[in-house]
Amino acid sequence: MAVREYSTVSKIYGPIVVVEKVKEVSYNEVVEIIHDSERRLGTVIMVDENCAVVQVFEGTEGLDIPETRVRFLGKPLEMRVSKDVIGRVFDGLGRPLDGLGEILSSDSRDVNGSAINPVSRIYPRNYIETGVSAIDGMLTLIRGQKLPIFSGDGLPHNRLSVQIARQVSSLKEDFIVVFSAIGLKKHDADILMKGFEEFGVLNRMVVFLNLADDPTVERISTPRMALTVAEYLAFDENMNVLVIMNDMTNYCEALREISNYRGEIPGRKGYPGYLYSDLASLYERAGMVKDSSGSLTQIPVLTMPGDDITHPIPDLTGYITEGQIVLSRELHRKGIYPPIDVLPSLSRLMKDGIGEGYTKEEHPEIANQLFASYSRVQDVRAIASIIGEDELSSVDKSYLKFGERFEREFISQGFDERRSIEETLNKAWDVLLTLPKSELTRIKRERLEDENAGKSEPDES
Amino acid sequence: MNRVSIIRKVNGPVVVGKNIGVFFMGEMVKVGEMKLVGEIVSLDEENVTIQVYEETTGLKPGDPFVGTGRPLSVILGPGLIGNIYDGIQRPLGKIEELSKGFYIGRGIETFPLDDEATWEVEMLKKVGDTVEPGEFYAKVRESESIIHRLMIPKDVRGKVIESAKSGKYRVKDVVMVVKDEDGEKHEIKLYQSWPVRTPRFYREKLMPRIPLITGQRVIDMFFPIAKGGSAAIPGGFGTGKTMTQHQLAKWADADVIVYIGCGERGNEMTEVLTEFPKLVDPRTGKSLMDRTILIANTSNMPVSAREASIYTGVTIAEYYRDMGYNVAIMADSTSRWAEALREISGRLEEIPAEEGYPAYLSSRIGGFYERAGKVVNLNGSEGSVTIIGAVSPPGGDLSDPVVQHTKRFVKCFWALDRDLAYSRHYPSINWLTSYSDYTEDLDEWFRKNVDENFSKYRKRAMELLNEDDRLQQIIKIMGEDVLPDDQKLVVSIARMIKVGILQQNAYSEIDSFCSLKRGFMMLKIVMDFYDRAVEFVKKKVALSQILKEDIVETMMRMKEMIGNDELEKFEDVRKMIDSHFEELERIYGS
Repeated sequence: MAVREYSTVSKIYGPIVVVEKVKEVSYNEVVEIIHDSERRLGTVIMVDENCAVVQVFEGTEGLDIPETRVRFLGKPLEMRVSKDVIGRVFDGLGRPLDGLGEILSSDSRDVNGSAINPVSRIYPRNYIETGVSAIDGMLTLIRGQKLPIFSGDGLPHNRLSVQIARQVSSLKEDFIVVFSAIGLKKHDADILMKGFEEFGVLNRMVVFLNLADDPTVERISTPRMALTVAEYLAFDENMNVLVIMNDMTNYCEALREISNYRGEIPGRKGYPGYLYSDLASLYERAGMVKDSSGSLTQIPVLTMPGDDITHPIPDLTGYITEGQIVLSRELHRKGIYPPIDVLPSLSRLMKDGIGEGYTKEEHPEIANQLFASYSRVQDVRAIASIIGEDELSSVDKSYLKFGERFEREFISQGFDERRSIEETLNKAWDVLLTLPKSELTRIKRERLEDENAGKSEPDES
Repeated sequence: MNRVSIIRKVNGPVVVGKNIGVFFMGEMVKVGEMKLVGEIVSLDEENVTIQVYEETTGLKPGDPFVGTGRPLSVILGPGLIGNIYDGIQRPLGKIEELSKGFYIGRGIETFPLDDEATWEVEMLKKVGDTVEPGEFYAKVRESESIIHRLMIPKDVRGKVIESAKSGKYRVKDVVMVVKDEDGEKHEIKLYQSWPVRTPRFYREKLMPRIPLITGQRVIDMFFPIAKGGSAAIPGGFGTGKTMTQHQLAKWADADVIVYIGCGERGNEMTEVLTEFPKLVDPRTGKSLMDRTILIANTSNMPVSAREASIYTGVTIAEYYRDMGYNVAIMADSTSRWAEALREISGRLEEIPAEEGYPAYLSSRIGGFYERAGKVVNLNGSEGSVTIIGAVSPPGGDLSDPVVQHTKRFVKCFWALDRDLAYSRHYPSINWLTSYSDYTEDLDEWFRKNVDENFSKYRKRAMELLNEDDRLQQIIKIMGEDVLPDDQKLVVSIARMIKVGILQQNAYSEIDSFCSLKRGFMMLKIVMDFYDRAVEFVKKKVALSQILKEDIVETMMRMKEMIGNDELEKFEDVRKMIDSHFEELERIYGS
C-alpha cells in the first residue's frame, strides 16, 4: 500500500490525534507524525469515511494543528527480528538504545502477533530450574508457562526478577532471557541493568526499556516488541526464551489512560472492558508449538495496588496465567528473601512437569505436604496468638517450629544463592521432619517408613 | 439479489457498513478482501453494524462486504465427534493445514465436517414412506461409542420419492429426495444446518429425575445434578474451576460431552486434546475422545467469536439430544462470554447497566441455561442436555452481576472456595454455600439404585458438617481443647468426612472416579462409627480410646485403599470397627 501523507489534523487531545479527509486508511496501520524535524510513531485505532483516529506512542507534547503532518505507512507496527538482537538494548518501540546501530534484517514481524492455534500447541512439560527453592520446590516453572509474580510497592520483586533472569540465562546455551521494563523508575532500571552486567549475562539477554518518564503510550508497545522478538527466538530459532515483563501494572495504567482519552465506557475501576482480552493477547503468546523445539515462558511482574489481590489487574492476570507467585509484606518484614507466600501461590502446569522422569519421584508428595502443613501452621499461629504458645498441644508446637524453619531455611535464600532441585528437595525433607511422621499424611507410607528418609537423600545428579 | 456493499467505519471488532436495503438482523456476512466472517447486529436505514469474528487489522472504509443471505449457523452431521472447533465452528485441525503454521490465519473458509470421509450409512426409510422433521431416516456409526442418527431437517415434510441404498457416502452426497405437499423437492444430505441462536425444536420438556453421575463424591452425594439440569461453578482464579470441569468431562455418565473453552487458556485446551484420547471412558471402555466435541475459543482469539462459541456448543449438544442421547455441556467460562457481550456492547455504544454489562445480560444468560432440559424429541425419543457453566467472578466476589444472574437460572450451585483451594482441599466445593435443588427430585432414584437410606445419611452428614462449622468458630477463638468430648467428637468425625470423603484426588488412579455405591459405603461407615462412638462418649470413655489412631486413619485413607470394583473390602473395615467397639464394650461395658 502506498505511503500517504496528510496535514489535515483537526484535533489533538491526550495521546490522540484526529486526521480528517483521509482515504484508504486501514485499521491498526502505523503512522508517522512529523513535526519540525521530529518523527513520532502512532497507530490507527478507529477509522471511518472521513477521519482516522491515531494514538501516538511518544505522546503529543509539542504538536500543533497547522504544522503537524501525518504519514500513513500502510502496515501494522513491526519489529525487525534476527538472532543479532541477543545482547542488545532497545527502547519501547524497538529502537536501539545501546548505540550499536539498527538491526539489519529483512524479516519484520507484526508486533501484535496472532493467536496460536490450540491444535498446534504442545502441552508444556519440561521444568525450568530457577534456582529459587520456593519456586522450584512448590511452584515449579514449566517451559512454555506463563507464571506472574504478584508483588506490592516496596517489595523486592525487582531483585527476585534479576535473580531469576540471571540464574535462568546461565542455565544452558540455548536459554535466553528477554527483559521488558515497562514504566520502571530510572533508579530501578539502573539496578536491574547493573545486576545483569555484574553477572555478565547481558549477552544472553535482550532488553527493552521504557522508563517512568518515557511516553505512556509507548508502554503499550514495549511488551509487544519484546514478545515479537521472543517468539522469533523461540519458534524460529528453537531457543528456550524466558520473557520477564516488569511492571504490568504500569502497562494497565497506560491502557486505562488511553481508553479514557478515547471516551470509552469504563469497566471495573475505570479500566477498559477489554482489559482481559488485551492482557490475554500478551500472555497467551507463551507456549510451545509443534515443529519447534523452543519454548516461550513468561514471568509478568505486577505490583498489586494497595496489596489487593482482587484488584482488576492481578485478578484478570490470574485468570489468564497458569498460576501466580505471590510476594508477602509480612514475610518481607520478617527479613525473609524472597518473601514468597506459597499459600495463595500456585503453578498450574507443575503437576505434569514434576515427579519421576522430570524432577524427582517424591517431588509431588513433598510439595503437597509442604502446602498442607504450612497451611496448618497459619491456623496454629492464630490460636497461639490468643491462648499463648504454652497452651498448645505438643503436635501444634511442632507445627510452630516447622513454620519457623520452613520460612527461615526453605523459603529464605541468598540473592546470589542458586539451589539445585536436589538441594531444594533435601531441604524440604529436612524441614518436614520437624513434624511427627504421623502428621505427614500426604507422603506415601513406604517412603515414611524408609528409615533413611530425609537423612541422606542420595544425590543422583 | 446484489448483497455487496461497502464499509464506512472500523472500530476494533465492530464494523459499520452502508445499508443497501437487503440485509437482515443476524445475517452472516463476509467482510473485506479477506472475507472475514461477521454477523449483522444492528440495522438502520443508512447503516448496518457488523460484529466481525476475526481480527480486523487492515480493514478500511471503502472495502466491500457481502451478505450471505443466511443467519450464522452450525453444520450438523457425522464427523462432529472427536473434532475441535473455534467459536464459529471452524475446524482447528483444518485451519492448521490451511494456515500453514501454528498461528490461526484469517479469512479461512472451510467446511466444518470432513467432506472427503465416507461413512457407512444404513438407510431406514424407503421410497413411498412419509417423513417429518426430526424423524430418523438413517444411521451411521460415528465413533466407537456413538451411533449417529440422521434426522430429517426442519421444514421438510412429505413423501420419500428417491432413496439411496445403504452403503458408503460422503456428508455432501444426496441420499434421499423428499417431495412435500406443494410438490417441492428437498434433497437430503448427511448434514443439515441450523441457526446457532435458535434453540432446536422438541415436543415436550420433562421433569429431570435421573442424576448425572459425575464420579465426584461431593457432587453426586451432596449436591447432585440431574440429567437435563443446569449448574454453575463459580470461583476465583486458582480455586480449581477448570480442574473440576475437566473431571466432569472425563467422568460424567453422559453419552456425549461438548466442552466449550470460552476465553480461557490455550494450554488447557491442548491438555484436553493430549489427554482425552488416551483416557478410557469407564462406561464404554472406549477412548474419551469418542464421545467428546471441543469448542476452543481461547482468550486471545477474537472476542466476538467467543460470544458465539457458547451458542455453537449448545446447538451441537441439542442436535445429539435429538438423537436420543444424554449430552452434557461444560462451558468454561461463562464470565468470559458475558465479558465479550460487554465489550461488544461498549463498542456499539449501548447504555450500560451494572458494571458496564448490557441490560440484556440477564435475559441472555437465562436464554442459554434454558436450553438445558430433558425432553421428548420430535421423533419421540428422549434425550437431555445438561449445562454446567463455570463462572469467574472478579476477585472471587459472588455479588458479581454474572454470578447473580446465573444463580437465578441454575438449580445447582457448586461454590468453589479459595480457602479450601489454598489448603489444597480439592475439589474445593464449599459444602456450606453450595446447594442443589435436585436432591428431592432425585431421591427416589437414589433410594432405588443406591440404598434405601441414602438421603437419610446425606442429611445427617450435612447436619454434622453444619454443626462442625459452628464449632470451628469457637475453636478459632479458644482452641479445640475447651470443647466438651461430644463436641470434640463432632469435630473429629467432620474432619473424617472432609478429608476422607469430600476430598478427592483427581490424579489418584483409584479415587479419580468414585461410584455412588462406593461413596455411600464410605459415608455409611463413618456415620455408623459416629453413632456408636456417641454411645461411648456418653459413658465417659476417653476420646483417645474411642478414636483409636489406626481406625481413624483407615477411615481417612479408605478412599485410596479400596477401589470401585472391590467393594467387599469395606466389609473388612466394618469388621475392624466392630471388633474395636466390642473391645471397648468389654472394657467399659455397663
